[in-house]
Amino acid sequence: MPDSSAAKMVTQVTAMSRNGISDWLIQRLSALLLAFYTVSLVIWFLMTPSLSYDQWQALFDTSWVQVCALVGLLAACAHAWIGVWTCGSDYLSDHSLGARAVIFRFVYQTTSILILIVYLLWGINILWGT
Amino acid sequence: MKNDSRPINLGFSDLLHFRWPIVALASITHRITGILLFIGIGFGLYGLDMSLSSEAEFRALASILGALPGKIILWLLMSALAYHFVAGIKHLLLDLGIGETLEGGRRAAMVSIFFSLTLIVLAGLWVF
Ligand code: HEM
Repeated sequence: MPDSSAAKMVTQVTAMSRNGISDWLIQRLSALLLAFYTVSLVIWFLMTPSLSYDQWQALFDTSWVQVCALVGLLAACAHAWIGVWTCGSDYLSDHSLGARAVIFRFVYQTTSILILIVYLLWGINILWGT
Repeated sequence: MKNDSRPINLGFSDLLHFRWPIVALASITHRITGILLFIGIGFGLYGLDMSLSSEAEFRALASILGALPGKIILWLLMSALAYHFVAGIKHLLLDLGIGETLEGGRRAAMVSIFFSLTLIVLAGLWVF
């Protein structure tokens, strides 16, 4: 395999990005942000028992809600990408699958990243599309 | 003498022969719920998309979430989030060096399972 960064993504087994520390940090920071979002959403839904369409629609018409929603989606996708990558490198390893493992990892990681890209584009389309 | 019955690779059936201490169970469940949430993002976006596209779609979503299959999916995803959230906080505390002993880890696993089961029951009461 050529030594491009795309090839590294599947051949490298200790870290998804440049190094394990940055993966680790991104995953912790996104976890904290997601934890904050989760608590806020639960409290908000508990305090808003009967929600009308007009209320909901008006809420997502404000730019701060749109920006916060996008930030949350980005955090979820970054967190999920590192998490899903970690699982793949644990189970689809050369040790368990032999030399072909790199092919399985390539397919697995490509599928995961495509799903995440679809999520992001879909989210942007929901928030700003007409 | 060579022992030829020595297993060379572990297969899935070997999982049954492992001992599953509570810490290991808590950890694998965190991983499984993480993967479920990855899929769950899709359900979340689908719901958000419906709820914002028109008043009719908003009502359609409300009736999906009012019927049993919708409720079950919602509750399962909320349960996965509840577990992943509680175990994630536990993980972050352990990262900070809090409770980082064998006994501490075991206790933390039990406490997090207890808290998440409570949240899962509460989520069930909310949804159903
Ligand atoms: C959209 C929501 C979320 C998704 C899709 C998600 C997904 C994942 C996945 C797939 C993993 C990998 C599991 C593993 O390595 O064993 C993971 C790990 C982790 N998650 Fe989440 N998660 C979400 C929300 C949260 C929240 C709200 C927290 C709150 C504290 C959190 C905390 C963690 C932590 C600390 C790890 C690292 C575990 C480790 O290093 O072994 N996650 N997540």
